[in-house]
Amino acid sequence: MDALNSLFHGFAVILTPTNFLLMVIGITLGVLIGVLPGLGGANGVAILLPLTFSMSPTSAIIMLSCLYWGALFGGAITSVLFNIPGEPWSVATTFDGYPMAQKGRAGEALTAAFTSSFVGAFVAVVMITFLAPLVAKFALRFGAPEFFAVYLLTFCSFVGMGKGSPMKILASMALGFALACVGMDTVTGQLRMTFGFEELMRGFDFLIAVIGLFGIGEILLSMEEGLAFSGKSAKINPTVVLQTWKQLPKFWVTSLRSAVVGIWMGITPGGATPASFMSYGLAKKISKSGPKFGTGEIEGVVAPETAAHAAGTAALLPMLALGIPGSPTAAVLLGGLLIWGLQPGPLLFTEQHDFVWGLVASMYLGNLVGLAVVLTTVPLFASILRIPFAIIAPVIIVICGIGAYTVNNAMFDIWLMLVFGLVGYLFKKLDYPLAPLVLALVLGRNAEDAFRQAMLSSQGDVSIMFSNGLVGSITALALLLLFWPLISKIIAKIRPPKVDEFAAERPVD
Amino acid sequence: MDQNSESGGIRTGVPTYMVDAVVAAVLLALGLLVTVSSWKLGATWTSDGPGSGYFPFGIGIIICISGGGTLFQALFGKKKNTEIFVDNEQVRRVLQVFIPAIFYVAGIAVFGVYIASAVYIAAFMIWLGKFSPLKAVIAALAVNVTFFFMFEIWFQVPLYKGVLDPLSFLGY
Repeated sequence: MDALNSLFHGFAVILTPTNFLLMVIGITLGVLIGVLPGLGGANGVAILLPLTFSMSPTSAIIMLSCLYWGALFGGAITSVLFNIPGEPWSVATTFDGYPMAQKGRAGEALTAAFTSSFVGAFVAVVMITFLAPLVAKFALRFGAPEFFAVYLLTFCSFVGMGKGSPMKILASMALGFALACVGMDTVTGQLRMTFGFEELMRGFDFLIAVIGLFGIGEILLSMEEGLAFSGKSAKINPTVVLQTWKQLPKFWVTSLRSAVVGIWMGITPGGATPASFMSYGLAKKISKSGPKFGTGEIEGVVAPETAAHAAGTAALLPMLALGIPGSPTAAVLLGGLLIWGLQPGPLLFTEQHDFVWGLVASMYLGNLVGLAVVLTTVPLFASILRIPFAIIAPVIIVICGIGAYTVNNAMFDIWLMLVFGLVGYLFKKLDYPLAPLVLALVLGRNAEDAFRQAMLSSQGDVSIMFSNGLVGSITALALLLLFWPLISKIIAKIRPPKVDEFAAERPVD
Repeated sequence: MDQNSESGGIRTGVPTYMVDAVVAAVLLALGLLVTVSSWKLGATWTSDGPGSGYFPFGIGIIICISGGGTLFQALFGKKKNTEIFVDNEQVRRVLQVFIPAIFYVAGIAVFGVYIASAVYIAAFMIWLGKFSPLKAVIAALAVNVTFFFMFEIWFQVPLYKGVLDPLSFLGY
């Protein structure tokens, strides 16, 4: 059992007082940013990333990944108590979580949400523990064409599985790639698309884009709705927790199914949001209490939360094993790896043994600590939402500004952040998805390098993408997904499809 | 969307498809810009492999196609979205945040992060939050003193002090 040995080694790495403290800080901050509007997992990690440059990579990733788990937990609090999803992936949690809170069962709903989050994440981590080394070993055989094919698959699956106009998904993605091209071309040394502006020579930093698009954009959106929180209060005491835990084993089938859905959607870059909706929909269809969903069923909280956490966690598998993140937050973490001087990809497992297994071990422990932290501190975090928006909004903008500045110590970046904020606001309102843009911006250079190397080795012949069975099948799958919107239209003509009943509620992620 | 009922009365403003079309047109223009500038860089096969503009040229084409496609759908599509994009009240609220933010960033450039942030938070609380000036000033100072300790002392990440550097007497 190689994986188990490595895992115990990982536990030995992380169980130092400093790392444990960083873990708790990460979780607490994570829950906080998950609760606050305008600060989510992706830009929370983006803002804190510059502060970790002086830490060892292992400590840094422990803190930032714990921030991510915390944000996943935190989204549930606002969904249940305030009917405001703190994160897009907790929209589905509001369907049954808020009705439960209205009936005075908020404590139960929150316990169920947190516990199933933990279960989802746990199943996904177990999967990562045993699957990631195998995937990495397999990926060692990859050459440039294979890597480009995987990049292609990643981006095409946005088009094939995303919600909303395929044209807009494509536009958002290509815009990300174009922004990634700006600056010095690493191969030829030529300046690209800087148009004589000195500030553009550094190119567009994805951290600035993330902080602007998600942070400022979100604040503008919240402001437009004229936010007034009116929440239910929650009391969680050990009796409620124990009573809820007694009920939960009944739903083991739902949990398991949701975890599997989540893991699948997390590995493929479907992401946590579609996973939670798909799992909720499946549970509603299959479960005996399905017709009562939406009126405050525990099972309706269990299903989306398990899937969202499983997806959020599983998104780290392709990031670690292939260097291709499955979600925007994973993309920011991947950018962090590059900044810390680690090359993500299959070699990470052999060269950075401590780092990888420290991270995996911290996923186990982080989620456990997270569960304990959220169960004990819910009233505290709920009270944060009672702070008037007129205080929270300027403070969040200040934090975003500081975060943007610390990336490169450049004043220009703060202006850029404001521009990205406006873009984020417009794109969100017009249903352009932001995740493909961020992923393309992070991966743009790598994808381009892989493409160039592939083209070089074939002397510009595109047929290298089909030169052997492996690269051919990945490319074919990618193309299938790219044209899926067209194909599904043709299928729909022949056979009328079933109506997706949650289509309207699901946000474009 | 049920915002119609919220704001009361008739919502006036630009219909969504117009905004959609404008954004798509901007994308189309950006795509053309990317395509043309990469063509100039050398989007073809050079003696030592693909030129600098090889990859961005393709990307530019994709932006053009998707921007053009969205533009066409927005203007001539079957399901034209005539819902109001934002009403005047919403524009006002958004600008209430965005315009002060512009002044705030300009303030950072001159007075540095800490001073600008303190003024910004206090002003925001007084004008938009209708807080008493005393409370606002206390909150603004508390937040910024915390930030100062966090960044300058604990994390040792110096933040921008502005052109005038009014806090230079502190020695950081």
